[in-house]
Amino acid sequence: MTNQETIPTANSFHMLRAMVGIGTLCGLLIVLTYEGTLPRIEQLRAQALQEAIFKVLPGISDTRAYAYKDGAFQLAADDDQVIVYAGYDDTGTFKGVAIEASGQGYADVIRILYGYSPDKLKVVGFYVLESKETPGLGDKIEIDPQFLSNFSALEVSLNKGLDALENAVITVKSGTKVNPWEIDGITGATISSRAIGEIMGRSTEEWVPIIYKNQEVFKLKANE
Amino acid sequence: MSNPSDNAAQNNLAPSSTDEFIKGLWRENPVFVQVLGMCPVLAVSNTALNALAMGLATAFVLLMSNILVSLLRNFIPKEVRIASYILIIATFVTMIDYAIQAISVDLHKSLGAFISLIVVNCLILSRAEAFASKNTVGKSILDALGMGIGFTIGLFSLGAIREVLGNGSFFGYSLFPVQFQEWVVMILPAGGFFTLAAWLLLFNVIKKKNSKA
Repeated sequence: MTNQETIPTANSFHMLRAMVGIGTLCGLLIVLTYEGTLPRIEQLRAQALQEAIFKVLPGISDTRAYAYKDGAFQLAADDDQVIVYAGYDDTGTFKGVAIEASGQGYADVIRILYGYSPDKLKVVGFYVLESKETPGLGDKIEIDPQFLSNFSALEVSLNKGLDALENAVITVKSGTKVNPWEIDGITGATISSRAIGEIMGRSTEEWVPIIYKNQEVFKLKANE
Repeated sequence: MSNPSDNAAQNNLAPSSTDEFIKGLWRENPVFVQVLGMCPVLAVSNTALNALAMGLATAFVLLMSNILVSLLRNFIPKEVRIASYILIIATFVTMIDYAIQAISVDLHKSLGAFISLIVVNCLILSRAEAFASKNTVGKSILDALGMGIGFTIGLFSLGAIREVLGNGSFFGYSLFPVQFQEWVVMILPAGGFFTLAAWLLLFNVIKKKNSKA
């Protein structure tokens, strides 16, 4: 700190002037950058979501967004909160829906997208949209092929009353999966893989019975 | 945070412009000599791409904050200088965060929380305090470029080795046949410490040799 005396000392007004001046300048820079990048960021996010829908619903070539209003699914308008994305193949046949879900992971909230086929009564695909899990450990939920293979045919069949799942989706200890509704966990990413089980368990419990009951809506739209 | 360049300036042995640039690359390299900003160095150097992106993001923040601090050096009273520098640094970090989100969702996903942590990277605050607040804009730019590139080289040196050994790839391209058994530990935090230690050892051996010669 040999040249410390070259930095000006000042009274309260000078300090206030400096802080307010810098604060205003910085605020302006942030707002300009935010406004400048927002359209591109939104476009990339929408693109990433679209790509994810195609990943979790194999074989589809078209999608439509649906909102859930007054106890029924309707095509989502611009300002509606989208609940599911229905996927259709080349012939316009309804193949299943992609559902977004989120919950607490090890580091932060994990956002996932999974595909559900009402015909097969199974989850048919899974993708992590957003996660800050530990690189090298928790982030295996996104890349570990063995873990991801859990979601190519995860059973979510309904009970006789069609109002709840026959068996709740649950993560079990790595290598101990015996039933088709269980998710084989990851050694070294126990908390993250359990979090996925909980997020998916909660979401399937809530939405699968409703979607199953309303699947004709999606099929009808396909024939339009 | 007195460093050789400040002392040289005081003794009327003003370093040349090239010196201001070069010192960050080798003699005062932020990673291998000053050992500054170790949190991102160890945490985000698990792949070559992450290390390069993090290094460039830090270099950008360093350059912009050095320019602004140097421009405003006669306007900021010393009592509020640290608060002002942090405000300036946080602004450029927020800007680079938006920029990375606008470039690639995947890149932003893999750098995760570490982008916001550039705010508390001691390298940037130390250059603002020890250099930019006492030198002209031109010199501050050269200092920031040297230090920023030096930091990027440091991160990249770790990232490249960790990815090659720990993942058998370089920038995502597979290098070895399938029989290659990856050294998983190199991707984990411990691998960061091992690689950094090896680089520091190498740097010190070279320095010792040079000083003997």
